[in-house]
Amino acid sequence: MKAQQGNRFFFNVDWITVMLYITLCAIGWVNIYAAVYNPEKADVFDFSANYGRQLIFIISGLVLGFSLLLFDGKFFNIFSPVIYGITILLLIAVLFIGRNVGGNQAWIPIGSFRLQPSEFAKFGTALLLSRYVSTFSPKFRDLKSIAIAAAIVATPLLLILKQPDTGSALVFLAFMFPLYREGLSGYFLLVFLGMIVLFVADFLVPYKILIPVIVAAGVAFIYFNRRRPKNMFAGLVVTLVAVAYLFLVKLAYDKVLEPHQRSRIEIILGLKTDPKGAGYNVNQSKIAIGSGQALGRGFLQGTQTKYGYVPEQSTDFIFSTVGEEWGFAGCTVVVLLYCLLLLRLVNLAERQRSAFSRVYGYAVACILFFHVFINIGMTIGIVPVIGIPLPFLSYGGSSLWSFTILLFIFLKLDSNRMGFI
Amino acid sequence: MNNLFNRKYVVQGVFIVVLLILVAKLFYIQIASDKYFISANSNVLRNIFTYPARGAILDRNGHVLVQNEPVYDLMVTPKEVKPFDTLDLCRTIGIDKKKFDKNWRKAISQNGYRESIFEKQLSVQVYARLQEKLGRYSGFRVQKRTVRQYPDSVGGQLFGYVKEVSEKDIKNSGGYYRMGDYIGKSGLEMSYEEVLRGQRGITRMIYDVHNVAQGSYANGEFDTLAVSGAQLISGIDIKLQKLGEKLMQNKVGAIVAIEPATGEILSFVSSPSYDPNLTVGRDWGNNYMKLFANPYRVFNSRPIQGMYPPGSSFKPIDALIGMQEGVIDPNTTFFCPGFYQAGRHRVRCEHVDGNTNLRRGLARSCNTYACYIFQKLLTRKGMKSQRAMYGDWEEKIRKFGFGHKLEIDLPYERKGIFYTEEEYNKRWGKRWGYTTVISLAIGQGEITATPLQMANAMAIIANRGYYYRPHIIKSVGDNREIDEKYRSKNFAGVDARHYEPVIDGMEDAVNAGYGTAYASRVPNILLCGKTGTVQNPHGKNHAVFIGFAPRVNPKIAIAVIVENAGYGGSYAAPIASYMVEQYLTDSISPGRRAQADWMMQQNLLPALKTKVKPGRIDTIRNRIDTARKKPDTGSRKTTTQPTKAERKP
Repeated sequence: MKAQQGNRFFFNVDWITVMLYITLCAIGWVNIYAAVYNPEKADVFDFSANYGRQLIFIISGLVLGFSLLLFDGKFFNIFSPVIYGITILLLIAVLFIGRNVGGNQAWIPIGSFRLQPSEFAKFGTALLLSRYVSTFSPKFRDLKSIAIAAAIVATPLLLILKQPDTGSALVFLAFMFPLYREGLSGYFLLVFLGMIVLFVADFLVPYKILIPVIVAAGVAFIYFNRRRPKNMFAGLVVTLVAVAYLFLVKLAYDKVLEPHQRSRIEIILGLKTDPKGAGYNVNQSKIAIGSGQALGRGFLQGTQTKYGYVPEQSTDFIFSTVGEEWGFAGCTVVVLLYCLLLLRLVNLAERQRSAFSRVYGYAVACILFFHVFINIGMTIGIVPVIGIPLPFLSYGGSSLWSFTILLFIFLKLDSNRMGFI
Repeated sequence: MNNLFNRKYVVQGVFIVVLLILVAKLFYIQIASDKYFISANSNVLRNIFTYPARGAILDRNGHVLVQNEPVYDLMVTPKEVKPFDTLDLCRTIGIDKKKFDKNWRKAISQNGYRESIFEKQLSVQVYARLQEKLGRYSGFRVQKRTVRQYPDSVGGQLFGYVKEVSEKDIKNSGGYYRMGDYIGKSGLEMSYEEVLRGQRGITRMIYDVHNVAQGSYANGEFDTLAVSGAQLISGIDIKLQKLGEKLMQNKVGAIVAIEPATGEILSFVSSPSYDPNLTVGRDWGNNYMKLFANPYRVFNSRPIQGMYPPGSSFKPIDALIGMQEGVIDPNTTFFCPGFYQAGRHRVRCEHVDGNTNLRRGLARSCNTYACYIFQKLLTRKGMKSQRAMYGDWEEKIRKFGFGHKLEIDLPYERKGIFYTEEEYNKRWGKRWGYTTVISLAIGQGEITATPLQMANAMAIIANRGYYYRPHIIKSVGDNREIDEKYRSKNFAGVDARHYEPVIDGMEDAVNAGYGTAYASRVPNILLCGKTGTVQNPHGKNHAVFIGFAPRVNPKIAIAVIVENAGYGGSYAAPIASYMVEQYLTDSISPGRRAQADWMMQQNLLPALKTKVKPGRIDTIRNRIDTARKKPDTGSRKTTTQPTKAERKP
């Protein structure tokens, strides 16, 4: 019975996802090797070098992942509040006992390793949100269910912002997608999109043009809906809120953001060029990626990579190594692999019978998606520099393990989809 | 629920669209634009230049005139500097604390990782002292380079000088030069810059982000070695050059000596001269100001830039053209009553010789004789065509090298003044004739020539009818090539048979008892020449002597001009005679040695009419002002009154 059960676990695991996962980890390792390559000390098993340690992280990650498959599927559902609670406690603890690295109070030192609670908060939150949806089947049409979901997401988000690790906090916005899937109005996504557009426009277009345009659009909307008072009212509110938002953004921008965050945003928006200061990372990363051209310079041939021109290259800027050494072809392959993984995860989520598994699956896909978009976008200069890792590729035990746990919990749930949870 | 199931496609659609945006941007920076590829190379690649030594310059006998001397630039990379005993360093390289601070500020004002020059051109002695201590100053390094050195301290204006390039030079060179490079700024250094500078070597090195060299790029496939500058062999005779500069010391003027058979310049003296070694090294700035403030304008290269009326030295050419056109023959006699009456003007002679033939006319420098030739030339087709005949005459004179540049291999040559028929028409309408311009016959009036042009005219007479363009450099590099234009004969348009009668006159001018330069005859050498005394409205007359020697198979043609020295026979002719004797016999005969030494000690510098009151501090500033206001002692003023006759000895 035991053996049969074990068999069942492994037979039902989605091997496509596992292969994509292993491929991405392998690509990551190859590029980390290139990023810290030193011709005099090129031993693959040199555990003092990043690539040696990443090899340990990958292998232990695989062990960790497959051992998660041995858990009973119900475990995660039942213990989700506990897991969530632990991660929240860790997030609070890190504010007091954490070690400050690069301005972020994000690390708890454990022996020679350092734990980053924000990484683990992602699946804690995903689990509790799934539990909430599966237990109460909210349709997110009422304020109460939205508020509860928002509270679940906002608690870790705010704690992480306090560190302050803006990048990791932003990732929590990914939970909008699973909620949308479960019935949250599409307007939320539109409003979110509108906020981003207005935010960018706020900096690029002067008020004397921007505000008349918004007001004119509002007036036109109200005019065309003059038979429908409800829409007229909504149009009026939206217009007023949009204008108020513009001023609020400017105010918040000046009063709340740190100077380094402001300059990062200004550089992305093209308002400022500072290739030697705040824009240095992005500029060097773009140079490295751009110099790869169509087919890349070849493995270990990237000059920018080899001679250390891109800072943080094995962690947040690992994609610049891919860009320089493997060119447009290599970049496209990596993006394609991510695309396949994301689409596969959504498909897997849709075939779940339980709402818990489905919501969790969407959460995993969307968290990965946010990471991929923000990280790659940052290395090629379409997103401000917010230091979050590229899933499975970036160097780092915490991030690799947390993505592995995130993914394998879902694979476990998926392999168990026929059973009851 | 079905309705919500469709939302899967919305989510997947968002994923695909956003990832496509990433791919599109990647396409742009990796394939559509090569800006980043270029930036990547400029990130890691640096061109390290190795500078070759500039080419040396030799004299005609292989004696070194210009060579190179090593100096040492102290380089600094600010980020590598650790605290050290600054005072000790200052003492070692001979600067004070203030200069040290200034240099240091300059070094750190640029990128701290980049190496820059801290102190330029330390001498070998300083370098020897510094080398022992260099280990204590981390971040400092010494880079060797070479500067010019002139063993004989002569030929300042001839050789010119090298200087750091200006931004304009960089622009004009199309980017060949880089900040800190050196370029020839005048003289031979300038005209032969491209062969002298050689070819600098380029090593392409890869640098990492900390500016540490990581080896050569592509295994040195694109590297080039430095190629030394080509060696130039000049026609200059160093002994002659030194003698010339000595004879001309404390005088203003010029000497040009040419080898007629080749056009090679044997001596090129511009006085006052300066020691070209002053243009080298750390004191150049101060030295330059001092030289610049010299009211006699030492940077003026008088052999090619000084423009003097040729005066009587023009008469042999009058005679040559007269015979070529058949208006006179060697036996033609004119009566000299002591003056020549041209309409209302009277051109006076200094003597009353009565009937004078060509030979005596030249030997005695008879103005009347020259004016008659000129009159006959211009009126030989009737009075109506005299202006057209002037045009004809002017063209013939041009063939002797007057009125245009001789294209010597030195920069900034001037062509002198010489009016065409049209220019006179413009000036006087059609109401002018030979009487108006009669002073041209005696080399005064609207005519000036450089000493080079005068010496070249002598080379034509010495060659009996042709000249090679005068040039300093007779051989460049290993191929020993010079420009084609210096290797072809230019004919002056007068048949060879007409020269001997003129040379007879020139021989008598020096060697006959009644000649104007009899005092300057050289024992055992038949020097042929012609004196000139050039009217100078600003002061004493300029002394001119032109000539060549020996009469048969001439080896040297020479022009000497001493400003404000009075009669040509008194200063210019003796100087020329010592030069000729030195060149032909390699020494000056003992009997004349004392005279030559006396000549060297003569101070003929014209008095300066400065506006600076005595007792006032004579600052460099107002000396410069004075020098500017009084451009020079008047030698460049060209027009003299045509009525005033030339006095002559």
